[in-house]
Amino acid sequence: MVGGGRFDMARLVPRKLDRKLLRDLWATKMQAIAIAFVVAAGIAVHVVAAGMLDSLQETRRAYYDRYRFADVWAPVVRAPDRLLADIRDIPGVAAAETRVTSHVLFDIPGMDAPASGQAISLPDSGRPAVNHIHLSEGRLPRRGQRDEAVLLDAFARAHGIAVGDTVSLTLHGGRESLRIVGIALSPEHVYAVAPGQLVPDARLFGVVWMGREALAQAVDRDGAFTEAVVTLEPGYPEAAVTGALDRLLAPYGAPGAYGREQQISDAFISSEITQLSTMARVLPPIFLAVAAFLVNVVLTRLVAMERTEIGLLKAFGYHDGDVVWHYVKFAGAIGVLGLAIGLGLGTWLGRQMAVLYTEYYHFPFLIFRLEAGVYLSACLVTALAVGGGGALAAWRAARLDPAVAMRAPPPPDYSKSIGAGLTRWQMLDRQTRMVFRQILRWPGRSAFTLAGVSVSGGLLIGTLFFLDSVDVMIDVYFNSANRQDVSVSFVEPRSREAFHSLRRMPGVIEAEPVRQVAVRLRHGAAEERTALSGVPRGARLSRMVDLDNRSVEAPPGALVMSQDLADKLSIAAGDRIEVEVTEGRRPVFELPVSAVTTTLVGSGLQMEIGDLNRLLGEGRVLSGASLRVDAHETRALYARLKDTPGIAGVSLQSEAEDRFVELLDQSLGTSIIIYTGFAALIAIGVVYNSVRISFSEREHELAVLRVLGFTRGEVAYVLLGEIAILTLLALPVGALLGTGLAWGFSQAMSSDLFRLPFVISPRTYGYAAGVVLVIAISSALMIRSRLDKLDMVAVLKSGE
Amino acid sequence: MQDTRGQSSRDTACFRTRGLTKVYGSGASAVHALRGVDLEIPEGDLVVLLGPSGSGKSTLLNILGGLDRPTGGEFLFRGEDLTRASTRALTLYRRRHVGFVFQFYNLMPSLTARENVELVTEIAQNGLSAGEALELVGLEKRADHFPAELSGGEQQRVAIARAIAKRPEVMLCDEPTGALDSATGIRVLQALKTVNETLGATTIIITHNAGVADMAHRVITFSDGQVGNVRVNTERANPEDLAW
Ligand SMILES: Nc1ncnc2c1ncn2[C@@H]1O[C@H](COP(=O)(O)OP(=O)(O)OP(=O)(O)O)[C@@H](O)[C@H]1O
Ligand SMILES: [Mg+2]
Repeated sequence: MVGGGRFDMARLVPRKLDRKLLRDLWATKMQAIAIAFVVAAGIAVHVVAAGMLDSLQETRRAYYDRYRFADVWAPVVRAPDRLLADIRDIPGVAAAETRVTSHVLFDIPGMDAPASGQAISLPDSGRPAVNHIHLSEGRLPRRGQRDEAVLLDAFARAHGIAVGDTVSLTLHGGRESLRIVGIALSPEHVYAVAPGQLVPDARLFGVVWMGREALAQAVDRDGAFTEAVVTLEPGYPEAAVTGALDRLLAPYGAPGAYGREQQISDAFISSEITQLSTMARVLPPIFLAVAAFLVNVVLTRLVAMERTEIGLLKAFGYHDGDVVWHYVKFAGAIGVLGLAIGLGLGTWLGRQMAVLYTEYYHFPFLIFRLEAGVYLSACLVTALAVGGGGALAAWRAARLDPAVAMRAPPPPDYSKSIGAGLTRWQMLDRQTRMVFRQILRWPGRSAFTLAGVSVSGGLLIGTLFFLDSVDVMIDVYFNSANRQDVSVSFVEPRSREAFHSLRRMPGVIEAEPVRQVAVRLRHGAAEERTALSGVPRGARLSRMVDLDNRSVEAPPGALVMSQDLADKLSIAAGDRIEVEVTEGRRPVFELPVSAVTTTLVGSGLQMEIGDLNRLLGEGRVLSGASLRVDAHETRALYARLKDTPGIAGVSLQSEAEDRFVELLDQSLGTSIIIYTGFAALIAIGVVYNSVRISFSEREHELAVLRVLGFTRGEVAYVLLGEIAILTLLALPVGALLGTGLAWGFSQAMSSDLFRLPFVISPRTYGYAAGVVLVIAISSALMIRSRLDKLDMVAVLKSGE
Repeated sequence: MQDTRGQSSRDTACFRTRGLTKVYGSGASAVHALRGVDLEIPEGDLVVLLGPSGSGKSTLLNILGGLDRPTGGEFLFRGEDLTRASTRALTLYRRRHVGFVFQFYNLMPSLTARENVELVTEIAQNGLSAGEALELVGLEKRADHFPAELSGGEQQRVAIARAIAKRPEVMLCDEPTGALDSATGIRVLQALKTVNETLGATTIIITHNAGVADMAHRVITFSDGQVGNVRVNTERANPEDLAW
């Protein structure tokens, strides 16, 4: 054993090459850290996105599960309680519950705008079999206590209502005063959205839960229900159950059962999660690819600078493999650092984001989850990008003959090219000519700097683009497609008389009637549920517009459809489509689609209101109206609306716009900011390295220039001038790349809720350019202080 | 001799040092590279500096050339005290008066021979043209070649052309023939001699080759950071006759 020990001893002694490795790492620590940042940014984006998304989906799933969130809703006008047994017997139904629901209008003291909402019954004993609520405070209403109610948490918070307070509201035409005994969260109202509204607003839409008996009596539904909610057996097709429910409930005025896809709150969350997951799918690979590319470029340059040393090592008798392995280890150390930072930062941020979204969605708990595969793929990509980059660069260097490697390669002779003409142009002062010469003599180096700076600039534009796109989307939706200030919807369709009385209300400048019916569209095998709106010809307030903001109207008897619906139904302009009205006598029509137009927000299906009335065989009735209002008289208008019976909801466009902006800021915005931050981090790592490597590559030459009597300023100009020119050249290239990237993102990211138009504002180009310039300038300033300390004597001791 | 070459009536010496010291580092690990150098080098002299390795020759030359600063003592160029001159003043001193030639040629690899010379003529006030300078070292035919395409000796001659192109008053050469064979070394020394004679530049050459001393006006032997011995040659040999 002692004899064998000698061999092991020799292995324990650190090899000289490893010591060189440590010294090299130490000497290039700033650069190594900067490269590690680039790696970390790529990895972190990947981990954040996956972690946040996994957790969000998992939390939502668990929430829905624990609170038995319904799979299918089947509203009716009035159906007898005894049907519950039949509903439970429908194949595929796991659990069923019936309940009474009703529109309510809240009267909140101190608030001009009317808040609408819903009253929902709770079983008088026990918990509902479907759609539990989560009491965050207080208790459930007691049996027999008719005035007790539980209030939706978000609404209570928005108005500062606490347990023990009294809330007054209009219920079934009568005034009621309810004592709040509990505050609750509900999986059905993660988002509280008023019917027919696009944007959730906690202030404007509330939910009260009351005892079944109390609510049924208040709305005249004794022994009856107005909605059945069911959960499905796992894997059972939803359509079979909705079909059975429709058949069972048709005699009771059922507009048609619908699944989660149509449940507004879930549709909202799903759409947002889809949006986030698209982002999480599209962005991280790009970040990873960009980071990998840039790390590759930077490592290649770092290794290329070691040519002489590689030549020496080989001259000493080291094998190519030793040399390559040496640089792979060098790159590996950087990669491990980057990976550690990226995984740590990503996991932490992913968790923070998940917490944020949990609060934002009012989930009662959070399940944080990150799959091992995410970590694994992060390691793999890093190994490939960093190790591959190091190996490739080292391999190229190692292949050289020692003698050749130890000598600087002669630069290609460009004396006869156009570039050379420029470098001899006497109008330029001599240093500027030197700068141009340098760039042209080493096109490879220049191209690397150019690529690094422009790609990181492009990435910034690509992420900032989202903000521009969302701005335009909001602007088009609110200022072009929906120009009304107030939307009013009635509980039931009303006659023309109701419209005239609306128009005569205080402050109303302009009014347009709207007739809206729930429909089911069929084309081939495809089927979609949506709302069909009838609007007057030449509508100025609520209308469909194309991408150029021009109004698109339906010719007599025809429909205009939004692109997303047309895609789902595979319909083109000119096709005919089957339209089943799922209200009243449920007539079925076949109608031509005259135009398909891209709407940025929501989907849309419109026809002329008179045509729609005629189709439905009704008089000139309307289900609501769009109003343009004098801002000075809104108070009076709101007061009148609150006192008007038969109004289901009132929504205020200006508030909706604010809410929508807020909503996007909180959900999408947070992600965008994080992605942009990482893009900036990549820019820092790359630009700093480009500048720093340019300096290293030329350090010797610059010191010689100082020896020859060039001043510090002149030497700085020669180096920084080169960096400045390359950076300035990189800006337009980066703008081009970023534009392409943004276009790709706009194509990849569209959901049911909205589509991102491809628009990039000058501001975005400006910001991206500004960030790149600031980083370049600060890197240059850091280099400048090194330039001033160039050790001329040391440089002269060594040849280059 | 000094009368014929001296240009200044105030101070006939080109360089004068008094008690010049240079200490690298501090404490126990301090290295005393110069331990009080008193020296006087007349205008227009060709001086050869000899001495064992590590004796401080390069350190002295770098200080005289304004690349480095002494730790103590005084150093005057044509009577002007440069001991505590600013960085900028030293830069201008190098730019206007000093031509350097080093053992490692330190040419710009991305510039041709001509361009390497032009680098200096562009910032000099009334220098030679690059062509003239290259002609003086016999390299006019290789003017458009890159350093990587020239031999070591040719590169060194380009370095000399670069140094003389500004018509320097002082030529400082640190082992200019250190990496060259005798024939090439002699060509280089001839070039230096020509420059010394035609331009009248005070020239200091560091060498390990004692034979080179025979071509000098003055031979300074250095040992252990001090001037050991100064010898003035009455008879000067031509470079081609030097014992290599
Ligand atoms: N930067 C430095 N730090 C520490 N010591 C130094 C430094 N530069 C030179 N020295 C030391 O100063 C002394 C003189 O060095 P110098 O280079 O002047 O010698 P030299 O006479 O030129 O030698 P050679 O003939 O080998 O070139 C040496 O002992 C050297 O080790
Ligand atoms: Mg020396």
